[in-house]
Amino acid sequence: MGHYLDIIYRSIFLENLPLSFFLGMCTFLAISRKVKTAIGLGLAVLVLMIITVPINNLILNILLKPGALAWAGQHELDLTFLGLLTYIGVIAAVVQVLEMFLDRFSPALYNTLGIFLPLLTVNCAIFGATLFMVERDYTFAESVAYGFGAGAGFFLAVVLLAGIREKLEYADPPAGLRGLGLTFISAGLIALAFMGLAGL
Amino acid sequence: MAESNRDLLTRSILQRNPIALLVLGICSALAVTSQMTTALVMAICVTLVTALSGFTISVVRFQIPNSVRVGIQITVIATLVILIDQFLRAFYFDLSRQLSIYVGLIITNCIIMGRAEGFAMSNPPIPSFIDGIGNGLGYGLVLLFVAFFRELLGSGTLFGVEILPLATEGGWYPRNGIFILPVSAFFLIALLIWLLRTLDPAQQEKE
Repeated sequence: MGHYLDIIYRSIFLENLPLSFFLGMCTFLAISRKVKTAIGLGLAVLVLMIITVPINNLILNILLKPGALAWAGQHELDLTFLGLLTYIGVIAAVVQVLEMFLDRFSPALYNTLGIFLPLLTVNCAIFGATLFMVERDYTFAESVAYGFGAGAGFFLAVVLLAGIREKLEYADPPAGLRGLGLTFISAGLIALAFMGLAGL
Repeated sequence: MAESNRDLLTRSILQRNPIALLVLGICSALAVTSQMTTALVMAICVTLVTALSGFTISVVRFQIPNSVRVGIQITVIATLVILIDQFLRAFYFDLSRQLSIYVGLIITNCIIMGRAEGFAMSNPPIPSFIDGIGNGLGYGLVLLFVAFFRELLGSGTLFGVEILPLATEGGWYPRNGIFILPVSAFFLIALLIWLLRTLDPAQQEKE
């Protein structure tokens, strides 16, 4: 159990996707203007990661790994080079299904998350979480923990940044720094704060 | 064509730099900038993919049904990225290890999707190709700018060659640790944006 908690803790704080690997930056910066929308986006990312990382883990282990197709009589086949194409396909498909599902069964939630879902197909954080899972050779259970942790980390970071940006509206920075420049600096400061947790 | 090919090439480098002004493609950009070498390789890869995907998509743009265009664009881009990934693995294995997942992440780089959707879908192949190269160069320039300071101040080297002898190895330069950490990239980009927007006030954000 401790092992899984460790994975979750590491992926939330130490290896936070936007803050220490710069993944999902585009959405991270674009949607963090208001806390409310940031919460919606963060939740969408969390849900998507919990679903896509384990699915891609299964696909890797059952279909793509060298020798993984032994059950189909192909003992030598190594399809890992198709990985990138397959993962992005899976992510796009899950996004589509999730969107239709929410639209049908939970219109309220769909209205909150709906607009962000299509955007997230090309979000590097989601794709990055899958690639890290592949690179670190996680088992299925570990990939569930990692998907949750990575999503929660993104949620936390985007909501924190949105909170700071709402306050910064009232600040009076130099003209050239207004908006984007200040956002980068605040993101950097949050990242520094997160690094303080490294020794725990 | 209202714009000449040269305009297409140069305007993306300064006036419409994809990273500093349109805030696209920062995702993978900052992580590879702790060294000049990785930044350079990454810039080359992205330029190639942007230019070639723009060209390919533009060639088939009349055949692509509107409803599935994003899927087709991603497939074209993913195929090109797989080619580059396999090439790096075969010939430059060390580099490919250092870049780790960031080569794969070129697929979801918003610059490439953005140019495919915004330019290649509505323009002929040759201008799309040139536009891709221009955007790739603009991206690469920012990458190299950030990497220059991070590697020089963080490790005292450039392209792995020693410039400032480190104090830990008998030289005079005390290593500035923060430039090795990802955090410094945030600050450097912020300063770069500040600089560009001070030079060109038209790009400043309104209150």
